[in-house]
Amino acid sequence: MADDMIETGKSERNFTINFGPQHPAAHGVLRLVLELDGEVVERVDPHIGLLHRGTEKLLEHKTYLQGIGYFDRLDYVAPMNQEHAFCMAAEKLAGITVPKRGEYVRVLYCEIGRVLNHLLNVTTQAMDVGALTPPLWGFEEREKLMVFYERASGSRMHAHYFRPGGVHQDLPMKLVEDIRAWCDQFPAKLDDIDSLLTENRIFKQRNVDIGVVTKEDVLAWGFSGVMVRGSGLAWDLRRSQPYSVYDELKFDIPVGKNGDCYDRYLCRMEEMRESVKIMIQCCDWLMKDENAGEVLATDSKFSPPRRAEMKRSMEALIQHFKLYTEGVRVEEGEVYVAVEAPKGEFGVYLVSDGSNKPYRLKIRAPGFAHLAAMDYMSKGHMLADVSAIIGSLDVVFGEIDR
Amino acid sequence: MTDFIEQFGVWGGLGMAVAQILAFAIVLLISLAFLLLMDRKVWAAVQMRKGPNVVGAFGLLQSFADFFKFVFKEIVVPAGADRSLYLLAPLITLILAFVTWAVVPAAPGWVIADLNVGLLYLFAMSSLGVYGIIIGGWASNSKYPFLGALRSAAQMVSYEVSIGFIIVTVLLFAGSMNLSEIIEMQAGGFWNWNVLSFHAWPMPMFLVMIPMAVIFFISALAETNRPPFDLPEAESELVAGYQVEYSSTPYLLFMVGEYLNIVLMCAMTSILFFGGWNDPFGLDVSGWPYLASHAWYFFWFAAKIVFFFFMFAMVKALVPRYRYDQLMRLGWKIFLPISLAAVALVGAAVVYGPQG
Repeated sequence: MADDMIETGKSERNFTINFGPQHPAAHGVLRLVLELDGEVVERVDPHIGLLHRGTEKLLEHKTYLQGIGYFDRLDYVAPMNQEHAFCMAAEKLAGITVPKRGEYVRVLYCEIGRVLNHLLNVTTQAMDVGALTPPLWGFEEREKLMVFYERASGSRMHAHYFRPGGVHQDLPMKLVEDIRAWCDQFPAKLDDIDSLLTENRIFKQRNVDIGVVTKEDVLAWGFSGVMVRGSGLAWDLRRSQPYSVYDELKFDIPVGKNGDCYDRYLCRMEEMRESVKIMIQCCDWLMKDENAGEVLATDSKFSPPRRAEMKRSMEALIQHFKLYTEGVRVEEGEVYVAVEAPKGEFGVYLVSDGSNKPYRLKIRAPGFAHLAAMDYMSKGHMLADVSAIIGSLDVVFGEIDR
Repeated sequence: MTDFIEQFGVWGGLGMAVAQILAFAIVLLISLAFLLLMDRKVWAAVQMRKGPNVVGAFGLLQSFADFFKFVFKEIVVPAGADRSLYLLAPLITLILAFVTWAVVPAAPGWVIADLNVGLLYLFAMSSLGVYGIIIGGWASNSKYPFLGALRSAAQMVSYEVSIGFIIVTVLLFAGSMNLSEIIEMQAGGFWNWNVLSFHAWPMPMFLVMIPMAVIFFISALAETNRPPFDLPEAESELVAGYQVEYSSTPYLLFMVGEYLNIVLMCAMTSILFFGGWNDPFGLDVSGWPYLASHAWYFFWFAAKIVFFFFMFAMVKALVPRYRYDQLMRLGWKIFLPISLAAVALVGAAVVYGPQG
């Protein structure tokens, strides 16, 4: 220590601490190297890669059907939203149109994913500023939503439910009814969390004017999702470039004003209420008799033949075998598809060389751009604000490290 | 102790004194075990969990199981730590926490040392408590504990100041620093408790004393490092603050010391503002047999402690944590001026009021 001082010629030096990777507020395996002047943060240096699994490379060796499962494991808080992006990319390349019912089931589950994500994020943001109760209140509802995941796909988190051309199976009517019933009780639960946090003086003091992002910087740093809307820009891919059936649904885009942690919190709370509205519309649509039908495009090679058909037809049996072993060959070409994942714009850039596997696949994870701005957002704040800012960034390392 | 020596001779008296201290400490520790469980149960109930419910009926023996778990663990001293200071720190915390209880009367005459400067002693001892934390954080030779220690030093010193002034208001009323006398002064019904202080009628002193009781309670939270002032051990910032490197028995000592201080603060709140062992209806129990009347007194004292401990637990379950500068602002810019003004008001009331 004494040597450092002689070398730099300074009489004092900054206090450097390692924030993570085993830190309770690091949201997974984030490692921040913080340079502190007392309690004031001078520099934040995020180190990533501790959860790197080589997803993009692995996907080059998997058929399109096998690849879907990898998307569940990116942002494991809202798995199906990622699947959606990949399936849409494959559909665009292969030229498949999804049946209406399939789209509605997808949207329903994407919105469940959004609520799953925001519930986790809002409550852990509260935990990052020291409130320990909201996460447990939120988890109760998350648990119910995960059961809906399980009832549709057989798995609580890593669903592997979406397929190029729709979804794997139609929902049982009882499940749709249960989701509809859940939608009715959820706003009251949200009010509970609201009453604990929104007007709480300490919560406000810890979040208002912390981590402010201006409109210009939002664009400069390539933010998306709530990070943009919190700063007052109404940018939501569901509205600005509607995909799936979002153009048929009624919902609002909540927008913040100041671009601080508090506004982002409010945006997420409001988005959950909007998501519930969308879910209600989807459930009502799905419950109508005239809307019954296929959920998976029958004219594409991605849909497996019916089991009964396989008993009679040799061709169907061969097709089934080929689909699940060799996979489907997709047209040569490249495509970029983005969805409004709960964390922001989740994009898939897919290059196909006409084989049964992607030639190259690039994933645009929203959290990556947000984390990059950590230094810019935290500079001059105090140590305690760093965890508040990380909380409001909504980072999940599954997607950032990929 | 001098009474004992006069009564039983030197050795007998010393033995009696030790026995008395032991009895007090054991009762204290056992009640602490259940208060700890209550803390966790209340917290769990707010979070819609069950809390500990496996060890013993309703988890009643959980604290004892935890005790043995800690005791049987290996004591790990970090390589860079100053070994002796590292192990001394939790001892300081624990011993000071115990020693403070010596002047706390649980019922008339039920006190180890009936000091006439009891309040001053109490104040001095609880101020010393910060040494355990600072030494622990420093001796760990690690960055997070170091930051935690610095924070707690600043925090405890700041809140000590406002607590000091609040105590002065009570002191002005009582005209004594003996805790037993302060309690006796509040006898005769809840309207005579310092928080309402109708004994100063026609002065409307409750206008001053109710805010004082609230500020005392909040300062007590800060003094004992409880949420929303748990900055020294802030989980989301400093992982566990000054305790990061501690495990096993030293950690246990820290924790027991901390909880003893919390219970002490609950006792202080009830003694200074809520009448200590006095029941709220002003029932005259002087005619009752000794044991019955003292059990009655003790019951009310314990009930008040449990009530304030419940409040402590609820606060922990509900509030987020202050930031360091906000905590300082609250202490120095809000609590200190208010308590100073209260001292002036109470002083004026005592001088110009009916008692003066």
